[in-house]
Amino acid sequence: MNHKLIAKDLTLFRGERCLFTGLGFALESGSVLALKGANGCGKTSLLRALAGLIDFEEGKVSWDGSPASSDAQVYRSQLAWYGHRTGFKLDLTPLENLRFDAMLRPGTSSSPEDVLRSVGLERQMGLPMRQLSAGQQRRAALARMLIADVPLWMMDEPFTNLDVAGREFVEATLSQHVAGGGMAIIATHLAVSLDAPLAELVIQ
Amino acid sequence: MPGMLTAFVATTHRELLLSLRRPGDMLNPLMFFLMVSTLFPLAIGPDNDTLREIGPGVTWVAALLAMLLSLNSLFVSDYEDGSLEQLLLSAQPLPVLGLGKTLAHWLGAGLPLVIVAPVVAVTYRLPNEVIGIMMLTLLLGTISLSLLGSIGAALTVGVHRGTALLSLLVLPLAMPLLIFGARTVSLAANNEVFSAGIYFLAAYAVGALTLAPFATAAALRISNE
Repeated sequence: MNHKLIAKDLTLFRGERCLFTGLGFALESGSVLALKGANGCGKTSLLRALAGLIDFEEGKVSWDGSPASSDAQVYRSQLAWYGHRTGFKLDLTPLENLRFDAMLRPGTSSSPEDVLRSVGLERQMGLPMRQLSAGQQRRAALARMLIADVPLWMMDEPFTNLDVAGREFVEATLSQHVAGGGMAIIATHLAVSLDAPLAELVIQ
Repeated sequence: MPGMLTAFVATTHRELLLSLRRPGDMLNPLMFFLMVSTLFPLAIGPDNDTLREIGPGVTWVAALLAMLLSLNSLFVSDYEDGSLEQLLLSAQPLPVLGLGKTLAHWLGAGLPLVIVAPVVAVTYRLPNEVIGIMMLTLLLGTISLSLLGSIGAALTVGVHRGTALLSLLVLPLAMPLLIFGARTVSLAANNEVFSAGIYFLAAYAVGALTLAPFATAAALRISNE
């Protein structure tokens, strides 16, 4: 199914400071939007606001033609979030963490074991998250995106803490997600190479 | 809403699993409760009448403070490791997830207090018939305290060292529980009519159960801005 995310005339304040005004974009299934800009320009804030964690001062975000804020529950069920912090419990194993995520997604079909295997964490599945390296934790976070099985991915700096192989893996997974009819918004200061249509939005 | 019950059970299960991995956190309120309530008889001396007089009040104060101490950690670790973001953006309703966490908190912090209450009652020479009443008031009271506390914990989640603020927020709402809880046990110990107190505590618990999850969810959204 084809989805569409449209944002118009976005204005965002953090405290008294105006981060940007009059920002807009349209994103369709099968494409990626990269948010670019210097440190502190508001990439993460824009992403958080698009997800609905904070409110825009002005502007409209619509998902498949209806405002995202009016039916937030439906909108949230379509998006997966890959934050700056992984959102995992360090005392639990990757498997336990992912099982929890899977139980919160009634529609998902993939099993946590398979997904963890596919991101290369087969041997770490039963270890406490705390014992995994930062890069491995990022891979587990990627597994959460896969298990969510939703069209819209929002990723905040997805390449931090990753080695070259890990970075290529994230790019490949992203390309695959988009090729399968998904879409993604990523906030990053790095150049991204994807096998997918890539639009850039520079925040000034 | 499909999967709401699953989400509720999953949240409670995860929290209980986490407390099992770190049993120290779970035992803290229980230890505090036992220490405070068993030190009083030692300090005051073995005068049975005095002990019976102060027993219900001291036990209830100790239970209230033990619950308050444990509340701060309810959402703080979720906030710090980013899992709160995941809960906020979950496809499942936030009140349900918050209620799951609150239930786990009560099972870890509140229920143990109810279970050890008979031991405490014995150290205060309370009559055997009163032990059941004391457990019932504590049962209803700790449920309300967990629920009220979840609102306070959600409001102060972003505040650095928010324990004092949290106590200030929750204490006024918890005063009726303390007054009615302790008084009910006293009345029962003196063979007077006490049922009104039980009804009040039960009504308070039901009210909190109905309203607190929504207040907690709203507070979490505001704190995470």
